Amino acid sequence: MKAVGFVMLLAGWLLVLAAIVLFTSPALRTAFILAGIAVEALGMILAFRSHHIPREEKG
Amino acid sequence: MPETKFSEATTIACLFFIFLVPLAAAGISIMNVGLGRSRSAGHMMMASLCALAVAGLAYFVCGFAWQGYIGSPAHSLTFSGKSWNWIGAEPFLFRNLSFDGSAVSLAALFQIFCVGFAALIPLGSGADRWRLRASCLCAGLLACCTYPLFAHWVWGGGWLAQLGANYGIGRGFLDAGGASSIQVLGGLTALAVTWILGPRRGKYSADGMAPAIPGHNSVLVLFGCVLALVGWIGINSAGAILFTGAEASGSALVAINTLLAASASALTAAFITKIRFGKPDASLTANGWVGGLVASSASCAFVSPAEAVVIGSIAGTVITFSIEWLELRMEVDDPGGAISVHAVGGIWGLLALSVFGQYQRPVMNVAGEALPAALIGIAPGQWLAQLIGVATLLGFVLPLTYGLNRLLNRFYPFRVSVEGERQGMDLHELGAGAYPEFVTHGDEFLPR
Repeated sequence: MKAVGFVMLLAGWLLVLAAIVLFTSPALRTAFILAGIAVEALGMILAFRSHHIPREEKG
Repeated sequence: MPETKFSEATTIACLFFIFLVPLAAAGISIMNVGLGRSRSAGHMMMASLCALAVAGLAYFVCGFAWQGYIGSPAHSLTFSGKSWNWIGAEPFLFRNLSFDGSAVSLAALFQIFCVGFAALIPLGSGADRWRLRASCLCAGLLACCTYPLFAHWVWGGGWLAQLGANYGIGRGFLDAGGASSIQVLGGLTALAVTWILGPRRGKYSADGMAPAIPGHNSVLVLFGCVLALVGWIGINSAGAILFTGAEASGSALVAINTLLAASASALTAAFITKIRFGKPDASLTANGWVGGLVASSASCAFVSPAEAVVIGSIAGTVITFSIEWLELRMEVDDPGGAISVHAVGGIWGLLALSVFGQYQRPVMNVAGEALPAALIGIAPGQWLAQLIGVATLLGFVLPLTYGLNRLLNRFYPFRVSVEGERQGMDLHELGAGAYPEFVTHGDEFLPR
């Protein structure tokens, strides 16, 4: 789960890079950059959730 | 090596501002000391000093070579006919650098202080449980790897700075005072370190409660805020001159914006905590103050004083709630509040630039030349350039710094032993407490 979160962060960033390189249309480029950032947001959520402390380790 | 040289007056002003920068590091160091426990106070100060030393040396050895400066030699990749400048190609050990007042020599001096400052930021998050040698290794990694790489992209004429010239996205990623390369980078390293270390013993109980572990000296924390302000004026003013081509005469605006953003942020934090808890909270107000300084960094040279107040107020609100959210909901134990203050505050500052930024004067392009006057006052797509910068911080810098530190943790465990944590970092790692005269001897209370 931890690894998936970080892979999604990287994947989102690569999507942003690809959008900059591949698209010349500003609208399409913006849409793909925003999509990449959405993937990163999901990755952040996963990364945070995977670092929750298990109940038995608390205290 | 570019031959860019400022006028004598600008060089003197720039040097003056650069010499203020260590005060920001001093301020953050004593804030971290005050926000931690008394039994780890000496250890925290020692770790700060060691982090500054290690970061400075690592940056001297290879950091500056990989960061470079606008127009310096660099490695580039070519995609679709566009050059992607991704890492500096200077010789190691400052060998090609002549200290003759050139812009590049001033940038090297500025950066060697800034990299030490960035390396201090994670110490607040790892307080009371991070081993001294591990924190030094982390500072070395930051100074020779993550910082130079990202700072090259932003301040060394790298691909983020070139977004405007290559792809017409605004003026490229803009950051006058290091909100991204110093603050967010340091804050994300703090998040990675906090995840790796885990919370302090006793911070989270099995029934879901998270008792507050208050800092031991609020006077140190609040005095650190004042020191940080002076240092921040230096960082923002020197950064604006070196990396956005601002005139030294514009430093008054930069300093005013820095102070106003910090003031608005601190008062907002004090007001929110007064409303919520009945009394203003000193540590959250201090965090609000520093958060305002952080949020002012990116846009200090591009906004009016009134806009700086708005940026600071929003920073104070966001940071106050972010600290609580991270601690209670996300179970991230960050004693110094470094993640919220530096990462969240810095990201807000970077985005605020695209909302409030006015470009009344030319900004330097990637070759160090002023952009045409026709571009003054307009920046279509600047918000997208800023978003791309933030996406790079979260999508590249965070996984990179987490991966490198996790690898380091495998070979040299970051966390102190249970016994060491119970004893306190001062006694366990340094062999002496910071406040030996404060020791309470049990036999003093025995009936005689």
